[in-house]
Amino acid sequence: MPRITYIEPSGNQTEIDLPEGWSLMQGATSNGVEGIEAECGGSCACATCHCYVESHADRLPAPSETELSMLDHVAAERRPNSRLSCQLKASADLDGMVVRLPICQS
Amino acid sequence: MTAPIIIVGAGQAGLQAAESLRSEGYAGSLTMIGDEPHTPYHRPPLSKAYLLGEFTAAQLAIRTPEALAKKGIDLRTGITVSAIDRATKRLRLTNGDELDYAHLCLATGARPRPLPLAGADLDGVFPLRTLADTQAIAARLPSASHVVVIGGGFIGLEFAAVARKLGKAVVVLEAAPRLMPRAVTPMMSDFFRDLHIAHGVQVELGASVCALLGEQGKIAAVHTGDGREFPADLVLVGIGILPNAELAQQAGLECQHGIIVDACSRTSDPAIVAAGDCTARRLADGNLLRLESVQNAVEQGKSAAAALLGKERPFTANPWFWSDQYDIKLQMVGLAAGCDRTVVRGDLAARKFSAFHYRGRTLIAVDSINSPEDHMPARKLLDLGLSPAADELADLSRPVNALISR
Repeated sequence: MPRITYIEPSGNQTEIDLPEGWSLMQGATSNGVEGIEAECGGSCACATCHCYVESHADRLPAPSETELSMLDHVAAERRPNSRLSCQLKASADLDGMVVRLPICQS
Repeated sequence: MTAPIIIVGAGQAGLQAAESLRSEGYAGSLTMIGDEPHTPYHRPPLSKAYLLGEFTAAQLAIRTPEALAKKGIDLRTGITVSAIDRATKRLRLTNGDELDYAHLCLATGARPRPLPLAGADLDGVFPLRTLADTQAIAARLPSASHVVVIGGGFIGLEFAAVARKLGKAVVVLEAAPRLMPRAVTPMMSDFFRDLHIAHGVQVELGASVCALLGEQGKIAAVHTGDGREFPADLVLVGIGILPNAELAQQAGLECQHGIIVDACSRTSDPAIVAAGDCTARRLADGNLLRLESVQNAVEQGKSAAAALLGKERPFTANPWFWSDQYDIKLQMVGLAAGCDRTVVRGDLAARKFSAFHYRGRTLIAVDSINSPEDHMPARKLLDLGLSPAADELADLSRPVNALISR
């Protein structure tokens, strides 16, 4: 299982082994990682699972048009490495990936 | 030892109340009681991604049991509360146990409105509310070929879209003259009727179901009042939900189609708050508002936790909601009831537009189809109380975002 490191807003780091096919949002929320709300449960409707991709960015599929539109309206600062974690699916390629969670989601 | 705060209900609202109590600094004992055997899970994907096989049950979990334990939330599942004794501050459980509470949060949710007809209990007739309901439907779907959906609301239409994607013949029977009559404007009703027809669904409006017919205990057909028969080997009943308010009502709390709460989720008993689908919120004008949505569960859960800690955190945000059907994403904000003018931005035929609803000159609601770039700023417009002129919103060369920051 790919291992993902989440950096919470407090700076606390949590490593989680994610089953392939799970979204990075699901891995974070189900394990109680702080810093993600994910109100819509992963259907790209609320923009509250914003994350900053700190590594492995080149191995991610490009964001969909919907995700890009939602990223325009995240609560925290949007950066070039901003993504919605519900749209990022764990795969072997992403083993060792690091994502940072923003200071706020809504 | 002081008695705990007890949360009755382990859905989205109950979980939010529990976690907000912790994040707001409550360090005492905290128990959450759920009647389903699961940890809190996301319900919205049940009628969409889960039935399509895109999510597993494990992926629906909002938190693992370990994550809850780490926060000091004592989750007890598969347990039903049978009575609240407010005088002694004690809960009675159906297994005979009793639990003392210091404060109570009722997040008991809702249940599907039953179809009051003979045959509603035939094999092959399903509600869609819980994970167990959905697993029963998923087990039956592969062998089904004729699906009849009773009720053209969100659940029924999302399920119809799933069943069509899986290649089933699908009929939607809606008693009202239009789809989703309580939730959307006639224009959106027509849009979704056309969408489902284009995907091969037979949409029957004004169709009141009068009988469900079975053969050897299995559903075989649905009859409507105008004498028509629709063959069926799977029937989905989606005719609304009933708030689980009986526990509160029997305890003497003020209830009316839900447990009545104020904007801060307080009930008529200072020791008890309530949140989510089980509530009816008293508005400033005295009217009651029932919302059935994730946002309502989350916002009221936060308000309920604050109230238990002696703080006021009123739920004042505009209601928002979404639905996924086929390749269509519907996002809604505000309440369109009472609108007298609608301005369309975008292209209905291209299935990419937003409908801005006005009452007089005041923007009261916005529905968007595949237009998150308009919808997210539209939410901000409503929350800021801004009402741009109609011609400004209709002008596609001007981003909605630009109307906020002026």
